[in-house]
Amino acid sequence: MNNTTLRLSTSMGSAFVAKVEKVSGQKLLACYQCGKCSAGCPMAAHMDILPNQIIRMAQMGMQKQLLASKTIWVCVSCLTCNSRCPKNIHIAEVIESLRQTALNNGQRDDRLKIWEMTPEARSDLPPIAMISAMRKLTS
Amino acid sequence: MKLIYYPGCTLKNSARNFDTSTVTSMAKLDVEIEELERWNCCGTVHALGSDNVMNRVAPVTNLIRVKEAKATEFMTSCAMCYNTLKRANNDVKAHANKLNTINEFLNLEETKYEGDVEVRHLLEYLRDRVGFDKLAAKVKKPLKDLRVACYYGCLLVRPKEVAFDDVENPMIMENLITALGATPVNFPLKTECCGAYHSVGSPEIIADRTDKIMSSASEQRVDMVVVSCPLCAYNLDFKQDDARRLNPDFQHMPVLYFTQLMALALECGEEALGFDLHHIDPLPTLAARGLA
Ligand code: SF4
Ligand code: SF4
Ligand code: SF4
Ligand code: SF4
Repeated sequence: MNNTTLRLSTSMGSAFVAKVEKVSGQKLLACYQCGKCSAGCPMAAHMDILPNQIIRMAQMGMQKQLLASKTIWVCVSCLTCNSRCPKNIHIAEVIESLRQTALNNGQRDDRLKIWEMTPEARSDLPPIAMISAMRKLTS
Repeated sequence: MKLIYYPGCTLKNSARNFDTSTVTSMAKLDVEIEELERWNCCGTVHALGSDNVMNRVAPVTNLIRVKEAKATEFMTSCAMCYNTLKRANNDVKAHANKLNTINEFLNLEETKYEGDVEVRHLLEYLRDRVGFDKLAAKVKKPLKDLRVACYYGCLLVRPKEVAFDDVENPMIMENLITALGATPVNFPLKTECCGAYHSVGSPEIIADRTDKIMSSASEQRVDMVVVSCPLCAYNLDFKQDDARRLNPDFQHMPVLYFTQLMALALECGEEALGFDLHHIDPLPTLAARGLA
């Protein structure tokens, strides 16, 4: 237990954790791991790390694992988790800050490669789909 | 005083039937609407970063246009436009520094935005200004025997700061459907996300969501699902073949905008309905109920 407390306080001081807290506007330590966010997440079946685990790993400053996770791209900001969290943590904002960190790493490493889509696929999709996907998945 | 109307880009494109059914129904309800001059795309999806200013510029430009039209409020029927515009408005109203930055950035605009415009969704306007009883009185063709599942998705109810009804169990669309003479059903998945923009890069997610949501509606033996968002409409209607491949028991079912049911009940004419834009044709279902 002592060990955990020590590791937490160390990682809470890390620049990564500070950045996630600032961009998301959330206090990560408020989470008590009830799991309600993951229980109601409509995308959970398609995720590798569940929303409550994302918050835990963010507390611990596990930058590499978080930025490599599928979850940060699968979450669609539906805000179900936010509206149900008993501690009023905005989980979707935390995930958005991770997505933004991954997209703004200076590599122009976009998740969605529009140019790889066929012209037919592009023109079949309504503007509302194309614009929102580009907003969320490209830098 | 005319009501300023913001259509948004998808209503001028793949969801033209959402636009025409909105405009013609409002005329039948004696609400004079006027399309906002020089509106621009709202940009979709509210950017969640607390430091985000850039993505508020497009919404604020629209709010400036509303001011220039000498109005203090405007209406949109697209759930995504509503959510994006309303959240940007709330954000700049709460953060004077952000609003300042945006006004400075838009220094070529003659009008400054000062947080003095309100964003309304059409459903909210119909309930609070027109009144569902007045709507009911104007119905020419009651939608008798039509069983409808009302789907809200995310954008009308979350976050609670923009919701104009209960977050977990909204009833505003059901009340509207009732006023039109149709029968709304209990629909447990009515606020569960359809997967939104994943139709672009991860169609397998949409197939799964469409199967779950539409099958839940089927269990209630409904004739159709009614929506207020062109992205929900696209996913739930056009991705039904994908859902069928995933689940052989999947039942195809039409997906309509709530405004199309209004236009039908108010007898706005075939052209306003735009049923040719659907993947699953609503006509056979409506004909079976004696409504087409
Ligand atoms: S619902 Fe809130 S408190 Fe519970 S695990 Fe999720 S983030 Fe933590
Ligand atoms: S916002 Fe993301 S994490 Fe939260 S419930 Fe929706 S998809 Fe899941
Ligand atoms: S939400 Fe979409 S459809 Fe509505 S205006 Fe904005 S981008 Fe266009
Ligand atoms: S498009 Fe899907 S994600 Fe959006 S509101 Fe509709 S339900 Fe939610």
